[in-house]
Amino acid sequence: MSYRLGVDVGGTFTDLFLVNERSGEVFTAKVPSTPADQSIGVLHGIARVCEKAGVRPEAIDHVMHGTTVATNTVLTGTGARCGLVTTRGYRQVLQIARSFVPGGLGGWVIYNKSLPMAPLECTIEAHERVAANGEIVEALDERRLREELTRLLRLRIEALTVSLINSFANTAHERRIREIAGEILPGIPISLSSEVVPEMQEYERTVTTVANSYVRPRVARYIANLKSKIEETAQDVKLHILRSDGGLAGAVSAEEYPVNLLMSGPAGGVTGALWVAAQAGFPNLLTVDVGGTSTDVALIQNGAPRLRRETTVGDVTVRASSVDIRTVGAGGGSIAHVPELTKALRVGPQSAGADPGPAAYGKGGTEATVTDANVVLGYLPEMQRLGGDMQLDRGLASRAVRKVADALKLPLLDAALGIYNIVNENMVGALRLVSVEQGYDPRDYALIAFGGAGPLHANALARLLGSWPAIIPPGPGVLCALGDATTAVRDERSRTYVRQFSQTDAKEVRSILRDLSREASKSLERDGVAKREITTGYQVDLRYRGQGLRLTIDVSLEEIAQRGLDAISRKFDAEHKRLFTFALDLEHEIVTLRASVQGRGIRLKRAGIASGRSDPQAAVVGRQACYMDGKRLSTPVYERARLAAGNVVKGPAIVMEMDSTTVILPKHHGNVDRLGNILIYPDAHGSPKPAKSRASAARAAKRH
Amino acid sequence: MPAKIVQSSRKRLKKVKVDTVTIDIIESALRNARFEMDTVLFRTAMSPGIREQHDEFPMIANVDGKMVVGQFGSFIHGFMQGYGGTVEEGDVFLTNDPYSVDGAISHANDWLMLMPIYRAGRLIAWTAMFGHMTDVGGKVAGSLPTDARTIYEEGITVPPVKIFKRGVLNEDVLKIMLHNCRLPHWNLSDFNAIAAALRTAGARCIEISERFGDDVFHSAMTEMLARNRRAMRELIQRTVPESKQYFEDYICDDGMGMGPYKIACSMWREGEKCIFDFKGTDPQSLSSINFLLNEEMFKMFAGVYMIMVFDPQILFNDGFYDLMEVRIPEGTLLKPIKPAALSCRTHALGRIFDILGGLLGQGNPQFMCAAGFSDSPHLMYSGYDRNGDWYQLYQITFGGIPGKPFGDGPDGHSLWPSFTNVPNEFLESYFPLRIEAYETIPDSGGPGKNRGGNGLRIGYRFLEPGEISIHDDRWLTYPWGVNGGLPGARSRKTLLRKDGSQTPLPSKVDHVKVEAGDLLIADTWGGGGCGDPLERDPAKVKFDVDAGLVTRDGARRYGVVINNQGAIDEVATKLLRTKMAEERGPVTLFDRGFRSIDELKARCLSETGLAPPTQPEFGRSKRKTASADAA
Repeated sequence: MSYRLGVDVGGTFTDLFLVNERSGEVFTAKVPSTPADQSIGVLHGIARVCEKAGVRPEAIDHVMHGTTVATNTVLTGTGARCGLVTTRGYRQVLQIARSFVPGGLGGWVIYNKSLPMAPLECTIEAHERVAANGEIVEALDERRLREELTRLLRLRIEALTVSLINSFANTAHERRIREIAGEILPGIPISLSSEVVPEMQEYERTVTTVANSYVRPRVARYIANLKSKIEETAQDVKLHILRSDGGLAGAVSAEEYPVNLLMSGPAGGVTGALWVAAQAGFPNLLTVDVGGTSTDVALIQNGAPRLRRETTVGDVTVRASSVDIRTVGAGGGSIAHVPELTKALRVGPQSAGADPGPAAYGKGGTEATVTDANVVLGYLPEMQRLGGDMQLDRGLASRAVRKVADALKLPLLDAALGIYNIVNENMVGALRLVSVEQGYDPRDYALIAFGGAGPLHANALARLLGSWPAIIPPGPGVLCALGDATTAVRDERSRTYVRQFSQTDAKEVRSILRDLSREASKSLERDGVAKREITTGYQVDLRYRGQGLRLTIDVSLEEIAQRGLDAISRKFDAEHKRLFTFALDLEHEIVTLRASVQGRGIRLKRAGIASGRSDPQAAVVGRQACYMDGKRLSTPVYERARLAAGNVVKGPAIVMEMDSTTVILPKHHGNVDRLGNILIYPDAHGSPKPAKSRASAARAAKRH
Repeated sequence: MPAKIVQSSRKRLKKVKVDTVTIDIIESALRNARFEMDTVLFRTAMSPGIREQHDEFPMIANVDGKMVVGQFGSFIHGFMQGYGGTVEEGDVFLTNDPYSVDGAISHANDWLMLMPIYRAGRLIAWTAMFGHMTDVGGKVAGSLPTDARTIYEEGITVPPVKIFKRGVLNEDVLKIMLHNCRLPHWNLSDFNAIAAALRTAGARCIEISERFGDDVFHSAMTEMLARNRRAMRELIQRTVPESKQYFEDYICDDGMGMGPYKIACSMWREGEKCIFDFKGTDPQSLSSINFLLNEEMFKMFAGVYMIMVFDPQILFNDGFYDLMEVRIPEGTLLKPIKPAALSCRTHALGRIFDILGGLLGQGNPQFMCAAGFSDSPHLMYSGYDRNGDWYQLYQITFGGIPGKPFGDGPDGHSLWPSFTNVPNEFLESYFPLRIEAYETIPDSGGPGKNRGGNGLRIGYRFLEPGEISIHDDRWLTYPWGVNGGLPGARSRKTLLRKDGSQTPLPSKVDHVKVEAGDLLIADTWGGGGCGDPLERDPAKVKFDVDAGLVTRDGARRYGVVINNQGAIDEVATKLLRTKMAEERGPVTLFDRGFRSIDELKARCLSETGLAPPTQPEFGRSKRKTASADAA
C-alpha cells in the first residue's frame, strides 16, 4: 500500500496530512513545531500520523512539503555571500536596478535603498559581448576572467551567479564561464541567468538569478537534512517541495532553483483552500490568509489559481512564477495610530510582530493592535486559548485601545470597531487588486478565510465585497498540509521568442512548444513521474507590437494546427478587451513561449463530520459581550469541535477552535456542511447593496 | 463665459456629517482607485516614456474640481472658467495646449484628458490624467526642438475639445491629431490607455458613492481636503519663518549659446499664509526652455516637498491651496507669454525643486537636502534603418539623488516619482544600437556626511546612421552641497566618432548626425553632498571604495586615507581630517562650487571643452506687460 504525506511547518504547529493513494482515505496530526531544527517536529509528526493510520512509515512513498525557509532567508538577510559575473559595462546592474524610487513626488527625500544581494565588491565583469540577436560580437576574454575569479575566491564567496547581457539569446558565454569558475571555485554552487530565467530584461534576470544563489546554500542544507532524516524512518521516500506557483518540485530541482520556492508556504494555503472549496462546491474563490503581520490574498477562477510572472518578498521582486498572491501589511499585530497632524485613524503597516506582540498577550506590548481591538470587541473571548495555551488579557488590550480612542475623542468600543473596520478595508484593498483590477467581479466569488485571524474578519470582508458565502474551513494549519498533499508535481520551461506574427508561423511556434514540453517532461520523469501520467499545457505571452505588457494566453497545439496563429491572437484580443475595455487593430507580437507539465494529482475521500439537526445548541460553551455593527450584544460562544453537519449557527455568534476563532455577524448565519466547513451567508439572501440584490439573489440561489 | 454643467437631477449634493472612520475608508478607496489608474495605463500604453518610464500623472478631484488624490494640482476650476461649452455625462475633454490651461500641462507632448463623473444624473467628481507622448509632430523627432522660437514649431496643439461627446468618440479630431504625429499608432494606444484609466476611476467613484451615498462621498472628500489643510497649516506655521528667505539657481544655457538664466524666489509667512515670490527671475527666453509654471502646480510641489521632509504620513491634496500665494511675474522664464516656445521646459521644471529645497532648508537646516535636480536628461535617436523602416527612440535617463539628512542618495536613480529606466536588452532588441556601458561614475556624487548619489554613464553605440538630440543641464553650474557637503559632478556628453575623433557635445542640441559605429558617452550629474564629509564614518567611505563607487583618491575628499592594502590608515586619516578642517574653516550652508558666474565662465572652456555661454538676450513679447521689473 502506498501513502503520500503533506507536511506544513508553521510558527507554532506542524501539521501533517496523510493520504492512502489508492483508497483516498486520509489521516491528520498536529504536533508542536521545533524551530531550531524543524525536522525534529516533522519526524515526531510522522510517527504520530502513522500511528493514527495504523501504518508503518515505510508505507509513505511521497512527502510533499511547503516551506518558508527561502522566504525567511530573504526577509532576514541571512543568505549566502554572493559573487556575480556581468558583462563589461554592467557591473552595477543591481546598484542601479530600474532607477525606481518609491513614494511619489518627493519620495526620494526619505528613500534609502537597501544593499544588493550580491555586493558590488564581489561583482566582476567579463570582457565579452553578445548582441540582442544572439550573435557573438566580442569573444570571451578567458585570461582576464580567470584573474578576476581568483579574486572572488579570496573574497570567500559562497555562491556565484553569472548573468550576461543578452544571454537569453545565446547561452554560450555563460556556460563557458561556469566551466572556468568550476575549476577556480570548486564546490561553490553556480547559477546561470540563462538557466534560471532565460528571458529578456537584464536587471530582472540578474536579480532573480542572484536571489537564487542567495538562498541556495541554506535551502539545500535544509532539504538535505530533512530528506536524510525522513529517509531514516521511511526508506525510498520521494521528497517534493511546493513551488511558489502551486506546483511541486522534486528535491533536486528545488535545491538547484530555490528562487521558485519563495512563495512555497502561502502557495500551500491557496492550494488547500482550493481543494476544500472545490469539495464544498465553490470553484470560484477569493482566498484570505490573515497572519500576524500581513494578509495574503489570491483569486481562484474555475478551480485554478491565477499565476503571475513575478514573486515579491520584502523589497525583492524576482521573475519567477507564483500564485498571484498579494500581500498587505495588515494582520493581527498591525498597530493602530493617530497621526498628530491629521487626526486620522491609521492601521499598519507597522506591526508589533511576535515580540512584544499585541498588548493582550501580556508580553510588554502597549500599542493597540488589531488583535487588541478584536479582544476589546469581544470577538476573541478571554476563554479562548490562542494556540492552546496563551491567556488573553482584556484589561491590557483595553488600555492600549484607549490611547487611540482618546486621540480620536471616541468611546473605547467605537475606536476598537474603527480599527476593525479600517483593517478590513486595507484587506479589501488587496482583494480588489486580485479581483476588480484584473476585471473579475468579487460578487461572483465565494471567500475562504484561513490563517489564525482570517475567520475573525471573513464575515466582514465578504459583506464589503458581496462575496458569498464566506467559507471557514476547519483547522487552518491542516489546510496547508492538505494543499501540499493534494498537489501534483509540476514543472515548466519557457523561452523568450520575440517575433511579430509576420516574422514567424504556426509550424515554427508549434515545434518550439513541443521542444519545451519535452524538456519539461524530462525533468518530471527524473523526479519519478511516469511518462503516461504527465499532462502538458501551453502558454504564449504576447502583446500588440510596441506595448510593454504581456498577457499570458493558454493555447493547445491542436488549436494552432487548425487555425494557425489566429487561434492565439483572437484569445489575446478578447482578454485585452476584458481587461482594458479596448482592443487594437495592430500586429501581434509573441514574447515568450512556455510549456507547463504536471503529473497526476490525487483524489481524497474525506470522512465527513457527524450530522445533526439545524439547532447547534449542543455546541454552546458560554456567552460573551460583543460589540458588533455599533451595538452591544450578548453573543453565544460555540465550540467548533462540537458542531455537527446540518447545524445552522445564527449570528451574532463566536465559534472557537484551537487555532482560530470565527465571528458571525448579526443578520448572518453559518451553515455547517458535511466536511465541517462553516458557510456564512447573510440572512436575506441578497447583497446589502440594493442595486445589485437581484443578481446576487439569483447567484445565491444557484449555489444552494 | 464659464462652462455649463448639464445635470438631469436637480438634487444638490448636501454636506453631511461623516464619522472619521468612514472618511478613512473612503480615503483608502480613492487612493486605491488612483493607483489602479496607473496600472491600467502602464499596461496598455505604447510610448516607452509612459509605459516603461511612467511619465504620467493621474488624479481624482471633488465636484468643485479640487484634487483629492493625485500628484498634480487641480486646474479644473480654471478650465471651467475658460471653457465656453457644456459639460455632460459621458464627455471626455482632451487638450495638449499649455496656454489654454494656464500651464496645468507645460508642453505639447503632454496629452491631458479630463472626465466628469456622474451618478444618477448628477456630477459627483472629476478625474484627469496626462501622459507624455513620444511625438506630437513639429520640426524635430520627439517634438522637443531646442531652437524653437514659438510654440507653433513644437507640433500640433489642440485646445480643450470634447474628444468623447456623451460617450461618442469624436473621430475626426482624433484623426487630425494622429495625422500630425510621427508615430500615430503609439499616440492612439496611449490615448486609449488614458481613456481606459479615466473610466476605471469613474467606475470606482461611482461604486464608492453607491456604497456610502452621494452626500457622504461628497462630504468625505470635502473633509479630506479640510484635513490636509489643517495639517499643512501646522506645517507652514512650524517651518516657514516670517522673515524673508531668498534663493536663486540657474538654468545653464538655452541651447542657443546664451546663459545662464536665473530663477529667483523669495519665501516668507504672513500669518497662516506662505508666500512665494519669483521677482528677480530672468525674462522669458527666445528658445524653448521657458516653463509655463501654473501657480497651483507650484503649490503642490511646495506642499509635497514639505510633507516629504517633515511628515510623510500626510495625505496630499489640494486642501491647503488658500494657505499659499504664488507670485510669478508675467513675461519671465516661468510665465512666458504666448507664443513663446515651451517644449524644453524640463530643465526649469527640475530646477524648481532645487529652489524649493534651498528656500525651505534655510529655516530648517537640519532637514535640508542637497541639490540634485538637473532635470530629466533626454536622448532622442531617429532615422531609417537598413530595411527602410523609421525608428525613433526617446529616452529619459537619471542621475545621482542628493545626499539628504536621512541617508545617502542612491546612485543613478530617478528624482521623478514612479519613473523607471528602460531595460537595455529591450532597447537593443528594438532599436539599432548597443549599450556598451551602463554604470555610475565613481566620485561623481558630492562628498558629505551623507553622500550624493553618483551620476550615470551610458555608452550608446549607434548601429545605423541617424540623428540624435540631447536635452540636459547642470553642465556649467553644479548640483550644490549643503551643511558642509560638496557639490556633485556636472553632466557631460562626448561623441567618439568611428574615425577616432572625439567631440564634446553641448548639453542641449538637435540634429546631430551620427554614423554606424559612433559611440556617445552620456554622463549625467551627481547629487550634492549633505553634511560635513569629514564627519562621515570612515568605514562607510571604505565600503564605497571597495564597491568601486568612490576611488581611493576620492576617499581623500572625505579626509579618509586608504592604504595600498585597501585598509583605512587610521593615523593618516586623523591627520588629514584635522588639516582639512583647519584649511576649510567653518562649514557654509550652501556650497555651489563657484564664486561668481564670471569666475565660472572663465574656467568653462578648459573644464568642459565647451565655450562659455554668452549673456542672454531676452525675448520681447508682443504684448504689453513683460519682464520681471514691471511686477
